[in-house]
Amino acid sequence: MSVEAPSLSLPRCRGRGDPNDRYLSDGEKSPNLAPSPAKRGRVGVGVFIALVLFPLTAYAVTPGERLADPALEARARAITTELRCLVCQNQSIDDSDASLAKDLRVLVREKLKEGMSDAQVREFVHARYGDFVLLRPPVKLGTLLLWAAPLIALLAGAAAIWMAARRRAGFPATPAKALSEEERARLRALGVSDRD
Amino acid sequence: MIVETGHYALVLALALALAQFAIPFIGARLNDAALMRVARPAAITQFLFVALSYGALTYAHVVSDFSLVNVIENSHSLKPFIYKISGVWGNHEGSMLLWVLVLSFCGALIAVFSNAIPDRLRADALAVQGLLGAAFLLFILLTSNPFARVAPAPWEGRDLNPILQDPGLAIHPPLLYLGYVGFSIVFSFAAAALIGGRIDAGWARVIRPWTLFAWIALTLGIAMGSYWAYYTLGWGGFWFWDPVENASLMPWIAGTALVHSAAVMEKREALKVWTIFLAILAFSLSLLGTFLVRSGVLTSVHAFASDPDRGVFILAILGFFIGGALALFALRAGALPVGGLFSPISREGALVLNNLLLSACCATVVVGTLYPLALEAITGEKISVGAPFFNTVLVPIALPLALLMPIGQMLAWKRGDLAAALQRLRIAFIVGVVATAAFGAWYGTPFLSIVTAGIAIYLVVGALSDLALRVRGSSGRASLKRLAGLPLSVFGTSIAHAGMGLTLLGLAATGWGVETIVAMKPASFYDVGPYQIGIDSVSPRQGPNYSEVYAVMAVRKDGATLATIEPAKRFYQARRMARSEAGIVTLGLGQVYAAIGDSHEDGTIDARLYWKPLVTLIWIGALIMAIGGGLSLADRRLRIGVARRAAAPALEPAE
Repeated sequence: MSVEAPSLSLPRCRGRGDPNDRYLSDGEKSPNLAPSPAKRGRVGVGVFIALVLFPLTAYAVTPGERLADPALEARARAITTELRCLVCQNQSIDDSDASLAKDLRVLVREKLKEGMSDAQVREFVHARYGDFVLLRPPVKLGTLLLWAAPLIALLAGAAAIWMAARRRAGFPATPAKALSEEERARLRALGVSDRD
Repeated sequence: MIVETGHYALVLALALALAQFAIPFIGARLNDAALMRVARPAAITQFLFVALSYGALTYAHVVSDFSLVNVIENSHSLKPFIYKISGVWGNHEGSMLLWVLVLSFCGALIAVFSNAIPDRLRADALAVQGLLGAAFLLFILLTSNPFARVAPAPWEGRDLNPILQDPGLAIHPPLLYLGYVGFSIVFSFAAAALIGGRIDAGWARVIRPWTLFAWIALTLGIAMGSYWAYYTLGWGGFWFWDPVENASLMPWIAGTALVHSAAVMEKREALKVWTIFLAILAFSLSLLGTFLVRSGVLTSVHAFASDPDRGVFILAILGFFIGGALALFALRAGALPVGGLFSPISREGALVLNNLLLSACCATVVVGTLYPLALEAITGEKISVGAPFFNTVLVPIALPLALLMPIGQMLAWKRGDLAAALQRLRIAFIVGVVATAAFGAWYGTPFLSIVTAGIAIYLVVGALSDLALRVRGSSGRASLKRLAGLPLSVFGTSIAHAGMGLTLLGLAATGWGVETIVAMKPASFYDVGPYQIGIDSVSPRQGPNYSEVYAVMAVRKDGATLATIEPAKRFYQARRMARSEAGIVTLGLGQVYAAIGDSHEDGTIDARLYWKPLVTLIWIGALIMAIGGGLSLADRRLRIGVARRAAAPALEPAE
């Protein structure tokens, strides 16, 4: 778990009162300001560690942000859990306490109140911030291998098993034939039991 | 002086590690028993020196020696004693030292518990372990020296990150490392077997306890970390598909596959090539995880490029060991004799399918973790691969795997009867279907939670049916006799599988959680699932190195107060950082969870209140999985005696 490594700095969105949050909030509020990676790299003392580093959030959605209409609020939550907080590491804006995440949560709710559909809101945010903001990467040429990975792994594994089975089938006589005394001795020397 | 001793001990440990590699390795090639015998004392002594070094760093933290950069940056004189000790690994240098400490501990374990192993295998395994130790000791000494001094020494340190000042963090890393790095033992034995060219059921018997040992520690370590995240982060999330979490999950999945394939190899001589490959893979993924976490590459590929020292060093270590092992594998694996035959419908066949599905899961996690890094490095395009991706692609693989688990348990070795196995699982099927219907009627949605919960119940019942069927006798007495005669590993399998089922049920139940985000007024009660929560008081309090505001909340049901909880917001002065402390009470298998935020002038306080039904099963299940692993481990030790092994099958029911 955890270890702090200043020089390795992984920016994390921490709770209110974290001085590092100030760097993020003031300068990078404006929506078209996607943070450059190098800049994010400098932000703050990175927490982290050896293993499991978790997003360090004290508080995300606040009561004041919530929409009065429960159905609309539920749609907003469903959208914001799939949008990345751009100044955090791998954290959704729904979980993040960064000011930028809060702005984006409010923005999503405003757009829903204006009557946009879920897809339109997503597209609106996507158009502004690019693929990076989507925690579910879009299916396109560059992500084809990513989305196909599970299927490729399954097919490749199945092919390997099939080939191994054929290889085994190629030696049908060997195990059926009783071992010679010499073979048994060799097996014993290898520490293998010669049962069956 | 103590600090310098620690630094020097580390250098001596490096020298010993090199000796531990070179001398036994040459001895094994020359078949010289005297040279090979050097391996064991060298491994034990290397461990003692690394431990001495680790102790020296701990001493510096405990006495707050602020002439050490490492202590300044991660400690404070007012920090509680336990965090002075755990703070040693709460930073890059210290955690690498802990890594090497565990690595050398594993080497010492091999040295101590390897009387029954052929000399050459032991010598080669310890040589590989020594080489691993040398590489990482060199990494610490050259790029991450924890003993660096500074003059003049400041009066006070900067304190440990408050997030890390928690008992959970005091236990989690050592446990996780024991698992993560524990796979080095299996890796070393795989490399040694490939070098020596002897790979047989005896080898599988040697590695299986070590695999189980590492797997148990990793299971507990991951569960511990997950529970820590859950109670610390203030909203009850417990897994985020963060690359650093994936770093521990990848070796866990590979290790799970290895536990199963090693069982096949030991019992049936089959799957040799694959077992060796998994043995290499599990630790390779640990190394990959170490690289991801330690190199800075996760922050961004650019940050890595601008300060590459550590990253390149680990990458070189990674390339050397993984590349070397795979090259050996490629060279030798083809020459391995074909193992025992089995029909596709058999215990072996089911375990092959299990390995296929686990490998697909593992490959998916690896690809999902590395893809954004690779894409950015190659095309400059930035994408995010987060929880929605992993949940979408892994659920369709994981659920069939859960369905398969009890069926595999029911199939006989060599040639099984699928219809008979399904027939024996009919109670599990019926209970599963009834449970699905019941969950559906009770909760209504979400669909995935209902289906997953049904499968989880089927898995628990199915895993235990195997035990029940094995002990069913004509009388209670006969059953008891059979129960006593069952090998522990049979209990281990059933219990570990049932634990997996419970974890799955806990995961499914997250879909039924209730959340209330509200500005709470004093003396008003708010509904959260079946409970009502109200604030009694909000007051400030002073801790050793923090101040906090805490709320006393009453949890009521039908007007009766069941519990009080105290969520708090802490502020750590030294780092000027805030952290939330959740108020949690376990009711049945679920938990009421509360976190507080800002207070307002009108006397209200922002709060997030949750009812999380069955949530404790996530971690209880992991604990039970570990217990199942422990039973199998105990069995292996007992069964070293041949006579006992011969007696066991006679007591098993005929199938």
